[in-house]
Parts: sequence; C-alpha cells; structure tokens
Amino acid sequence: MPEAELTALAPSDAPAELTPPAPGVWRRLLANPLAAASLLLLLLLVLLAVFAPVVAPHGFAEQKLERQLENPSGTFPLGTDELGRDTLSRLLYGARISLSVAVAVEACVVTIGLLVGLIAGFFGGAVDAALMRVTDVMLAFPDVLLAILLVGIFGTATASPAASLLLVVVALGVTGWPPLARLVRGQVLGLRKREFVEAARSLGATNGRILRRHILPNLLSPILVAVTVDTAGVILAEATLSFLGIGVQRPYPSWGRMISDALAENHLRSEPRLILLPSLALSLTVLALNFLGDGLRDALDPRAHAKR
Amino acid sequence: MWCAAICIRFAPPPNPLPTLWEKGSQKGNLNRLPHPILPPSPTAWGKGIGGRGLMLLSVEDLHVHFPLGHGQVVRAVDGVTFAIERGETLGLVGESGCGKSTTGRAILRLIPPTSGRVVFEGQEISGVSPSDMRTLRRRMQMVFQDPFASLSPRMTVGQIVAEPLEIHRLHANRRGREERVGALLESVGLPQAAVRRFAHEFSGGQRQRIGIARALALDPDLIILDEPVSALDISVRAQVVNLLQDIQERSGIAYLFIGHDLSLIRHVAHRVAVMYLGRIVEIAPAHDLYTDPRHPYTRSLLAAVPVPDPARRRERAPLEGDPPSPIDIPSGCRFRTRCPFAQEICARDDPPLLPIEVTGGGAAARPSHRAACHFANTLPVWDASKAADTVIKP
Repeated sequence: MPEAELTALAPSDAPAELTPPAPGVWRRLLANPLAAASLLLLLLLVLLAVFAPVVAPHGFAEQKLERQLENPSGTFPLGTDELGRDTLSRLLYGARISLSVAVAVEACVVTIGLLVGLIAGFFGGAVDAALMRVTDVMLAFPDVLLAILLVGIFGTATASPAASLLLVVVALGVTGWPPLARLVRGQVLGLRKREFVEAARSLGATNGRILRRHILPNLLSPILVAVTVDTAGVILAEATLSFLGIGVQRPYPSWGRMISDALAENHLRSEPRLILLPSLALSLTVLALNFLGDGLRDALDPRAHAKR
Repeated sequence: MWCAAICIRFAPPPNPLPTLWEKGSQKGNLNRLPHPILPPSPTAWGKGIGGRGLMLLSVEDLHVHFPLGHGQVVRAVDGVTFAIERGETLGLVGESGCGKSTTGRAILRLIPPTSGRVVFEGQEISGVSPSDMRTLRRRMQMVFQDPFASLSPRMTVGQIVAEPLEIHRLHANRRGREERVGALLESVGLPQAAVRRFAHEFSGGQRQRIGIARALALDPDLIILDEPVSALDISVRAQVVNLLQDIQERSGIAYLFIGHDLSLIRHVAHRVAVMYLGRIVEIAPAHDLYTDPRHPYTRSLLAAVPVPDPARRRERAPLEGDPPSPIDIPSGCRFRTRCPFAQEICARDDPPLLPIEVTGGGAAARPSHRAACHFANTLPVWDASKAADTVIKP
C-alpha cells in the first residue's frame, strides 16, 4: 500500500477564510520612529524650500550694510552675515538650490543607471560586457574633476545662475549613475533566472512584458533605497563643488557656498554661527536621508513581515 | 485501522493494480486504444499515430547539451523519445540530475533543445518562430516545483492568474477577465477573496493551487507538472494531487508528471517512463512497470521504495553510489557501472529501447512495454516482496 504515505492526517490547505492582510508599507515605515522623524523633517524641508519666497523674512541677496554680523534677533531670527543679509532667508533659499540640484541629479542617475543596468543584466553576453566596461570607466571618473573640467570649458564667471547649476547637475549626473547601474544589473541578473520569470515566459510573455511586469516592480524598492541614500551624497557633492567655487555663484546661496564664504571671511572663531548653521542643515538632511533609506529598506521587503 | 480512516480518498482498490487507467477507459474511448509504439523512424511515427488524432505530443530523440568549454559537454538530455496521448498522464521518474526537469523545459522551449523533434498535435515545434511559439504556449502549460519561487512576489493573486489571459488577449474587457479569474480560483478551491492578496500570504499548498489556476487559465491540452508536490508538506500533497486528478477527469488535460516519488507516480500516472542519465531506460503502462520491471535500474528504484512493514526491513541500500557524471557518460549501457547484471556486451553496445517479450506465453512481444537493457527478457522474474534480494552494489 504505497499510497498510505501520501495520506497523513491533513488539515485542509484551502481554508475558507484568509488571515487579515499584512500591514502596508506606509504603516511599517511609520512604525520605525527614526524613519518617521526623518520623513517628517525632510517633508518640512521640502515645504520650506518650495515656499521659501513666502516663508523667508528677507530676500536672499537683500543687504543691510548697517547691520552686519548681528546676533539673532526679532528681525533676523538667525542673525546676519558680513553684508547684513539674513542668515535664515539664505538657508531657506539655499535649501531650494541644494534640493533641486539633488532631484535633477537623481533623475539623471536613475534614468541612465536603470537603462544601462536593465539592458546589461537582462540581455547579458556581449551587451553586458560592453556596458559594464563603460560603467567601470565612468566609475573611475572623479565627479569633482569632471565639474572643474566642465567649468573650465564653459566658464562660470559669466554664466547665469541656471547655467552654472546645470553644469553641476551634468557633472554629478554623468558621474553618478555607475553604482546604480551595477546595483540594477546585479538585481536583474538574479531576477531573470527566478522561476516566476520562467513561468511568465512559459505563458508566452514577451521580453518587454517580462521587463515591465516582472522585473521592474521587483527593482523599485532597491532603487528607492539606493536613491534615498545617494541623494545625501549628491547634496554633499553639491556643497563640495560650491565650497570650491564651482557651483552656484554669488549672490545665490547654497549651503556649501555659505560655509565656504564664511570660512573665506575668517568667521570660524568670531562668528562660528555662520559656519555651524549651514553645516547643521546639511548634516541633518543627509542623516535624515540615510535613516529614511534604512527604514524604507526594511519596510519595502514584503517577505520580511510575511506571515509564516 | 487509522490507516483506513485517513485513506478515504486514496484508498487503494483491493487489487492494487488498475486505478486511473481503468477509470479512464470506462469513461471515454480515448485511452482504450493500444499505447503508442515508439517508432523506428519519425515518418512512421507521424503517419501511424497522428492520423488517428489521438497523439497529443511526441518527443523524438531529444537532446539538450550544455557546453562547458574545454570541449566538455553536459549531456543533460541525451536522446529521449516518448509520446503522450490526449487525457493521459505520463509519469517521468528518475534520480535528481537525470534530466527529467530539463526534458520538461525543453519541450516548452524554456531551454533550447540541442537537437531532436517535439511534435505537438502534428505540428513540429522545434523550428517555429517566437510568435508562433507564443500561440502554441496556450496549449502547453507548466506547473513548477517551487510554489514560493514561481509566483511573482509583487503581483496579487488576481494579477498572477489574469496574466495569461492578458498576454493572449482572451477577454475584451476587464469584467470578463475578472469573472474568468474568479472561476479559475474556484476551480482550484481558493476563496474569491484571494484575488487581492499577494502570493506570499498563502501557504505552500495554496500557492501551488494558484500556480495550477494560472496554468489552467488558457485551457491547455497538456500541463507539464515539474515535481508539483515535492516542495509541499506531506500533509497537503495528497490534496494537491487529488485536485490535479479531478481537473484531469473534468477537462481531459494530459499531464507529463515529473517526479522522483515512485509511490506517488504509481498513484497518478497511466504510463511511466524511467529516466537515467539523460535517457529513458524503461517505459510501460504503470501496472506493468511496477509488477514486471525489466530494467535493473527500475528494479533498484522500486526496491528503494520504503515499505511500511518492519518485518521486511532491508539491511542494505538497494542502490549505492551516485550516477556517473553526465559530462562523462559510460560507454555502451550507461547503467552498467552500477548494474549487478553487467556483462561484457554492456560496455560495448548501447542497448536500444525495445519492446519486451512476455514471459510464459511464448515469444509474444508486449509493444507498450519497452526497456533498454540487453537482458530485459532474461532477467530473473521480479518478485516485489523480495525486493531486498535484488540489492545492487556500486
């Protein structure tokens, strides 16, 4: 009676009722206090940056030469700099520039990185080898040097603020995508051998459909996590470039520019406030982005919290 | 006693032989006809069987080789020939690594075959264009071994089951598709509420039901079941197997049931093919194979089936050692290195898969039962109760 072994006492595997759905990504993300606080801080920052013209008490280039280097007061909540400009207002407008550069750069990075990674990982072979060699070359190319090169070619002094920002975006975008391309390629290499992709193929799905419906959705969370953390790096890189005088030009403020100007004026001992405040804004933003990235990583893994 | 209580659905008939096979022949005329004789040449094949409109799939001299470089080649599938009729279940058994899963995937061209012909309903599918292949895939589906890996983690059950309908544009509107998905879920015993859930919210058995619903969505004529219950808990295997049998009885789908569990295969298959190192060594109606196995490898596999009787406990493992590497297949008969009956001829000549002769009744051949062994007709008579005596040493 060989069949007997098949028939151990079996509870039905198809119960009429299902367990309640697992809590969604949002709830899992917000249950993490560090990630929730980071998200709140970043949302606040974005709102302040977007509404800077409304929120800021003064213009970013508005000089009150008779009120230089004042300490915080009612009129100037965070004091003034050596030209009598309101530090708070400059910080808010600086956030605008730092954040828009970050968004623009990440858009470039995701577009190029996703495309290169998808094609290399999915089609493999010679295509993969060629694309990955290009990626390696780009990975070895220092972003700051490229920015200096671009400035050397196109010049900055005469350029409009938009043009000088564009140089920064291009420099950071063109050098920033290789890590993402590698990440995506690695994920795709793993995904395309998974059985559900084979199953889709056995159903008659085309390559396009497999990429769109089966590979891309599984890439979203690693990309989201990588982009969140990478944004922090871009904000720092923009600050670095501004600090070196390559990024946005005076009188436009960015956090890196503010730090660099204050240092240039030797305020480190006399008015440390002018260096500390933009540094604090920078550090808090970067930290928040990193914490949010970690929180997203945990919240987005559907199996980490699956029942059973 | 407890056994009787739990064997409600699986209760073996007093005579342990004919189960589904008999059922099938009473029900329709499809299965009553003699089983196909494996052809000496592809032409005779197509004429002889295809003309009667019974043959669903025939696989002829299928090879799947994977080059490793340095002139080495893994011969995963090395000349496999078999056929499946409409509404039939062909069991394909063998040790892991013998090429049974590769055979299934090569039929669906998930792995490109190196050579050989796959003929589905008279149409050769070895050389069809990708778009024609897509149409053919409607008729041949697959259920995978691992129900955790074969369902997309980012899609709801509704999307998973609707996907084949979308790919082949079977329903003009969403409404019709949703109704069809609901009917499919019902037919595999899943609640309608499953539609909006993700696959990872379900147990292994439920997931395999989802996989089966997806395979059924296109109303295929053949489903390749690649060890469909091997990854499941013993307790739910029987339910999934019963579901598969119910579906076959309802709709007349043919199955290629790939597995390594001989007891299970005996229960589900009408005919059984035994694979060893990339080739079929014996193929026969299930009853014949289990009561009168003619290949030493089949005998050793049967001797390895656990017997729930401590008095008959065996002292030695029936088959020792690992199969040789598919990179370096032995000369002559590929089983000779582990075969207790091996003679000189076995190293020299590769035995073809030939009909066996029925013992006792003269020299009549039994065409539906074939074995690839030089001594298929002269081996000692098989006695299942003394399976332990046919212990095979490495």
